[in-house]
Amino acid sequence: MNPLDRYDDLVPGYEAFREACDRPLPSVVRVNTIKTTVERAREALDAEGVGYEPTDWHDGLLRFDDHSPGTNWPYFHGWLHGQEEVSALPALALDPRPGERVLDACAAPGSKTSQLAALMDDTGTLVGNDNNLGRLSALRHNAERLGVTNLAVTRQDARNYSLKPMQMDAFDRVLVDAPCSCEGTCRKNPDVLDQWTMDHVQGLIGVQKGILRRAVQMTREGGTVVYSTCTFAPEENEAVVDYVLDAEDCRVVDRDLPLQTDPGVTDWDGETFDASLTDTHRVYPHRNDTGGFYCATLEVGA
Amino acid sequence: MSDGDGAPGNDGGQFDRLPATSEDREVPGRATREEVLDWWDDRFGIPPETFDDYSFWEKGKGKIWCFRGEAPDPVDVEGLGMTFLRTRQEHWKPATNAVQRFGRGASKNVVELSGEPASRFARGEDQEHDWDGDWGYVIAAHDLAGDLEPMGVGLYVYGELRSTVPKGRQEDLPEL
Repeated sequence: MNPLDRYDDLVPGYEAFREACDRPLPSVVRVNTIKTTVERAREALDAEGVGYEPTDWHDGLLRFDDHSPGTNWPYFHGWLHGQEEVSALPALALDPRPGERVLDACAAPGSKTSQLAALMDDTGTLVGNDNNLGRLSALRHNAERLGVTNLAVTRQDARNYSLKPMQMDAFDRVLVDAPCSCEGTCRKNPDVLDQWTMDHVQGLIGVQKGILRRAVQMTREGGTVVYSTCTFAPEENEAVVDYVLDAEDCRVVDRDLPLQTDPGVTDWDGETFDASLTDTHRVYPHRNDTGGFYCATLEVGA
Repeated sequence: MSDGDGAPGNDGGQFDRLPATSEDREVPGRATREEVLDWWDDRFGIPPETFDDYSFWEKGKGKIWCFRGEAPDPVDVEGLGMTFLRTRQEHWKPATNAVQRFGRGASKNVVELSGEPASRFARGEDQEHDWDGDWGYVIAAHDLAGDLEPMGVGLYVYGELRSTVPKGRQEDLPEL
């Protein structure tokens, strides 16, 4: 069974959704504003004859004409970073400010972490955490290539993350881009649908709940937590946020995002979720010709 | 403190902040902040105030990192800012990523390459280069999008410019 069959009644425009899921994704890069400007990066690509189109919702995201543009001079200089278009959303939702203390709880391989650093003007303290040494090495390599200097890299289980090593009381903002079943990446890697099992999903839910709970606990009152996944499964999305709304002191914030999104669902498979879950965001591939995504913004202790 | 990666008193498992000056030095052979700033100034003419917002740390034997955030000293983490400089060897060597990040502020020992020589440098190849400057580590730079942009670290000796771009950063790029 194709797991997407589960969403027949859930996704508006289901036929178009399925068709979009079968199309390959364009190759997209994000301009790294720590090292250059969007204008200069575009000038360098023009000089080299690399064809691209800016996306209509974010001027720092460029879609290449060719599906595999290889490398180029601006890439060599760390001016560009390959990043799936829709994965630029959670950092925008988190909206970190220069000088703040920010945690990326599941940071590797670092596309979103380096985007957070750029949004912070590479100031303040950004902590990038992951529990896997191999993935951490990719995170460090990417961060260094992009010239990020405000990042401390830690290796912990995010479910019981300790603030002690960095001697911090709390973070201003925490991003939880949780490990998930990755259904939304099927346009890039169709294998994810072949390997999908409900058992795998069930195993992930506990981890997702644990990480999001801990993230809320570590965030100062009035601070922001963003929960995101690249999957459509309500079990891994709204159900996880709903659980944490009950378990911890936080609420869903209605945040405008620059992409066309669909509201989060409030009932699924016989379960009902808090009404505020409609203010979370589902990104479907047929709406903006991107991958699939889910993004919820929470305010802590308010 | 354990001996870590071999330097006496230097614990290779943690990041230790560099002492401000040699009077503050407790770990033998550890570079000081003052020495690090002087080195970038002497070698490349990068003004010390460039690094006012940065702290410098040693982890491992002579590997210096620069970090812009706040951290306790010492700190046991996997990474702190970016690798910046190799000390505890006869000639200190800047890191490729640090030169790409801060090299735009350099006013000396910058070797400008154009066209094919720039592509060869990015591929990691050594090349004959006629240059009237100091031997030692230099910043290789080329014109990109209307301005001079640092590519990485070269070693200039005997009329030859050796590329030290690490394997993972080497690319086969067209002549601009």
